[in-house]
Amino acid sequence: MKNRVSITADDVMRDSGTEISMSDTKTVKNKKVDYSKWGYIFILPFFITFAIFQLIPLASTIYYSFFEYYRSGLRDIGPTFVGLDNYKTLFETDLPKYMGNTFILWLMGFLPQITVSLILAAWFTDVRLRIKGKQLFKVIIYMPNLIMASAFSMLFFALFSDIGPVNSFLVDSGILSKPYRFLAEVWGTRGLVASMNFLMWFGNTTIILMAAVMGINPSLFEAAELDGCNHRETFFYITLPNIKPILVYVFITSMIGGLQMFDVPQILTDGTGGPDRTSMTIIMYLNKHLFNKNYGMAGALSVVLFVVCAILCLCVYFSMNGEDNGKSKKRRDRDKL
Amino acid sequence: MYALKQREITEAKIRTVAAYVLLTVLSFLCLFFFYILLINSTREHVDIQKGFSAIPGAAFIKNLTNVAHDANVPIFNGIVNSLIVSSFSAILSCYFSALTAYGLYAYDFRLKKAAFIFIMLILVMPTQVSALGFLRLITKMNMEDTFFPLILPSIAAPSVFYFMYSYMQSSLPMSLVEASRIDGASEFRTFNSIVLPVMKPAMAVQAIFAFVTSWNNYFIPALVLSTQKKKTLPILIASLRSADFLKFDMGKVYMLITIAIVPIIFVYILLSKFIVEGVTLGGVKE
Amino acid sequence: MKKVMKVGTALLLGATMVGLTGCGHKNIPAGVSVSNGGKVLNIWCWNEEFRSRFNDFYPGVAEVSSDKATTTLKDGTVVKWTINENVNNNYQNKLDEALIAQAKAAADDKIDMFLVEADYALKYVDSDYTLDIQKDIGLTKEELADQYQYTKDIVSVDGVQKGTTWQATPGLFAYRRSIAKAVLGTDDPDKVQEALANWDKFDEVAAKAHDKGYKMLSGFDDSYRTFSNNVSAPWVTGTTVNVDKNIMRWIEQTKAYTDKGYNNKTSLWDDGWASDQGADGDVFGFFYSTWGINFTLLGNAGEKGFGDWAVCYGPAPYYWGGTWLCAAQGTDNADDIKDIMEQLTCNTEIMESMTRDQEIQDYTNTISGMKDIAEDKNFGSDFLGGENHVALFSETAEKIDMSNISPYDQGCNELIQRAMKDYFNGNVDLDTAKQNFETSIKEAYPEITDVAWPT
Repeated sequence: MKNRVSITADDVMRDSGTEISMSDTKTVKNKKVDYSKWGYIFILPFFITFAIFQLIPLASTIYYSFFEYYRSGLRDIGPTFVGLDNYKTLFETDLPKYMGNTFILWLMGFLPQITVSLILAAWFTDVRLRIKGKQLFKVIIYMPNLIMASAFSMLFFALFSDIGPVNSFLVDSGILSKPYRFLAEVWGTRGLVASMNFLMWFGNTTIILMAAVMGINPSLFEAAELDGCNHRETFFYITLPNIKPILVYVFITSMIGGLQMFDVPQILTDGTGGPDRTSMTIIMYLNKHLFNKNYGMAGALSVVLFVVCAILCLCVYFSMNGEDNGKSKKRRDRDKL
Repeated sequence: MYALKQREITEAKIRTVAAYVLLTVLSFLCLFFFYILLINSTREHVDIQKGFSAIPGAAFIKNLTNVAHDANVPIFNGIVNSLIVSSFSAILSCYFSALTAYGLYAYDFRLKKAAFIFIMLILVMPTQVSALGFLRLITKMNMEDTFFPLILPSIAAPSVFYFMYSYMQSSLPMSLVEASRIDGASEFRTFNSIVLPVMKPAMAVQAIFAFVTSWNNYFIPALVLSTQKKKTLPILIASLRSADFLKFDMGKVYMLITIAIVPIIFVYILLSKFIVEGVTLGGVKE
Repeated sequence: MKKVMKVGTALLLGATMVGLTGCGHKNIPAGVSVSNGGKVLNIWCWNEEFRSRFNDFYPGVAEVSSDKATTTLKDGTVVKWTINENVNNNYQNKLDEALIAQAKAAADDKIDMFLVEADYALKYVDSDYTLDIQKDIGLTKEELADQYQYTKDIVSVDGVQKGTTWQATPGLFAYRRSIAKAVLGTDDPDKVQEALANWDKFDEVAAKAHDKGYKMLSGFDDSYRTFSNNVSAPWVTGTTVNVDKNIMRWIEQTKAYTDKGYNNKTSLWDDGWASDQGADGDVFGFFYSTWGINFTLLGNAGEKGFGDWAVCYGPAPYYWGGTWLCAAQGTDNADDIKDIMEQLTCNTEIMESMTRDQEIQDYTNTISGMKDIAEDKNFGSDFLGGENHVALFSETAEKIDMSNISPYDQGCNELIQRAMKDYFNGNVDLDTAKQNFETSIKEAYPEITDVAWPT
């Protein structure tokens, strides 16, 4: 079992000799070149809609990043072409600090989120594990996502305020001698932001992963059971490799969502970014420039964030998928032998 | 052999206990917020202002009638508007994202890679800056104060597309498509009657997310809609929150928030059934 | 990678093209344009406060539609209400876009009148989008003479008044009678006022209250307005922010109160602040203006607190709140606007009836009308133990001086309070807090180049 990295459809095919065709898509596609016009037809609605509604605003974001262009009162100042001045100004600010904040806040929420979600998804889809009320739990864990972020944070305020129940409990039970002022402390604020993000999004991730596991061909699990895999082995050698594209999806979208984190810290800290700007995320900083419609600076910041985000995502995407290609190639070579 | 089985059984027991403990803790956390939300909808404005309470107040009926009789907050219209906008957004984004993903997954063409990377780049692009540009654009298109700018753009939803694409990578065998082609089905038919059923769990998941996101969206609808009767629920909640001091009533705010959550719970329960059903269907097809 | 580049270039090219065609307008309306006879009067606001005053008190109202979306006037004009709630700056965002597009809009879609709040009033007043209410609309100096000066200063630029209001919102110091007795030995408003007549005395009472186990104020922002309304110069001159000595005085006082335990470290409107006004509160008093006393404070005080409160002038005059009406450039209903402004903001009788309406109790913008009520022996508030608060308001209202208002007040006032909160909480030293204020003010107003602190 040790040298066996994962069981995929190919292995099952070989092992059980069944005629399930899960062959590599590339070989199929190469034969069907004449279908290519359908590719264009199917992706057309997306690109037309994008062109109509989003292209111009997005393109002007990039365009205006090279201009001095803001509003003073109701008067527009500019647009005056200033080259890379906005970018220069931007790098003289505390941008690295805000990037650091964003990264910390994201990680604090994401690590527990992905762990809990993977465990839950595995449990919920494991036919051998009998949990009563599974259906009910599935509904409950998603429920926090249904509450609007603004409403959720009002409840958080009430719970964690200086006179709130959390503090009364901590003081009454003797754990603390006086109330912990969550939103006046750096790690208190960051902790609240992370827990709120965790609570709001772990159900969401669980459902995505669950759907991914559900999409795995059931015969793979049957084969694994026949092979005598226990649930841990099944999880690591069947489930994980087979939901890899979705895992990459979760990782990338969560990273984008994390880098663009805005509403939770914005509402919890009333837009100030917490004590001494330690909870100020990049988009909150961007939002400051939108107060006076400073399209120049906001555009430059968007472009920088875009580049950082794109590089990170491309790295993640290609490293994770590239590894996959390598492995299947290796396996193909092995098959040839 | 017997010992091995015995060990398996104890292990399974431990796992079950662990599962129950974790699920209970998480469920408590999740439900607790709903509990205080409900409690707050039964309390008087001044009591809510003074903070948390675990005991319900006596103002549930009062808050309910206050919200229902407020001519400035047409809840019925609000619910219908939210339902229209959210349903159409969810349907359009799921269908067209699946279509786009399929187009890129199943076919080979020259611009395929470029198209994929382009969509991924849009996914990464922060959109906050372009909101006011968007408002100006739809004003030029004479679409302000209509639902179109809230619904139509969801045809181009990069993150839904990416999910569908990933799902196809892991769960859509091309042999299914091949088989359908051999049967003589057209490409559209293949997509609608063979691919979509296999995609059911993915569609249901993204439909839920798209619906909820749209249901709770405030910023863009608030920019676009102006007529009171066209406003969606989050805008109505915001209007209660920006009421003047004479009319400002947190009891009403919490009541409306509570009311706004009920329909999405139903939608969620309804759609989450497909997450399971879809699989069996897809399985049978094979 | 090559393809990424291609896509990138295509995107940039597209952007350039858009940019070239997209930067035409400069947001300057051409000349003053006012006319009459429009069928639709568009009024923009962020909540229904003014609409309900209008429907209840404006004599020209003929009929209100069942959903309240329109009001038909006796002359046949239809008032169309556009209410955009002001959450996330939504009201100003939409109003700005609509005003900028005003010149191109059809006559019946043009905004005729819109409402603003004091902190950002000058943004609109100091622009060509608002009309001179005397020269363009036709109100007379005599009609406006009965309004409080400060309500006119807030909406005036270079002596030209471009807005008017039915409310005045002078502020007082509301204190708990029982705590005043325990600390000062009396709850008589005159004697308490004597003890709190200036900030030095106020600080002394704070120390005394602390000795008896009470707090003087609830939180950080309570006294802010009382300082910021009495600055010696506007916040901004040219491109320099001048932090006033009085603001520094607020910082010193609040830091001292926080460190010595004279306050409960709350912020305005949070749950701790509201409970400090409740039956179990240990706070001596709150700075509150007209609307705050008989609604917010009364609600928070609850039944147990009823009658335990009183008001005095406090250390300095200030105001808090208020809503102003502006006439928009390009209106085609000037006559209607004139009549509305006359009736609702210059007619003493109508305004006095608003004040006497127990459901509303607005303190209204009529010096003579409020004097009538101040001298009315039968007028008083049971909540305040029978005290005639209007008498105190009318004294204070005339002393408020808002000639030092600037278009940057909203940003400056908000940002200095936020930046200093870290200092009060002990998270940063004063220099860092100052630095954070400078950073945030330059973010909010890119044209600001310097921040000058008093030495």
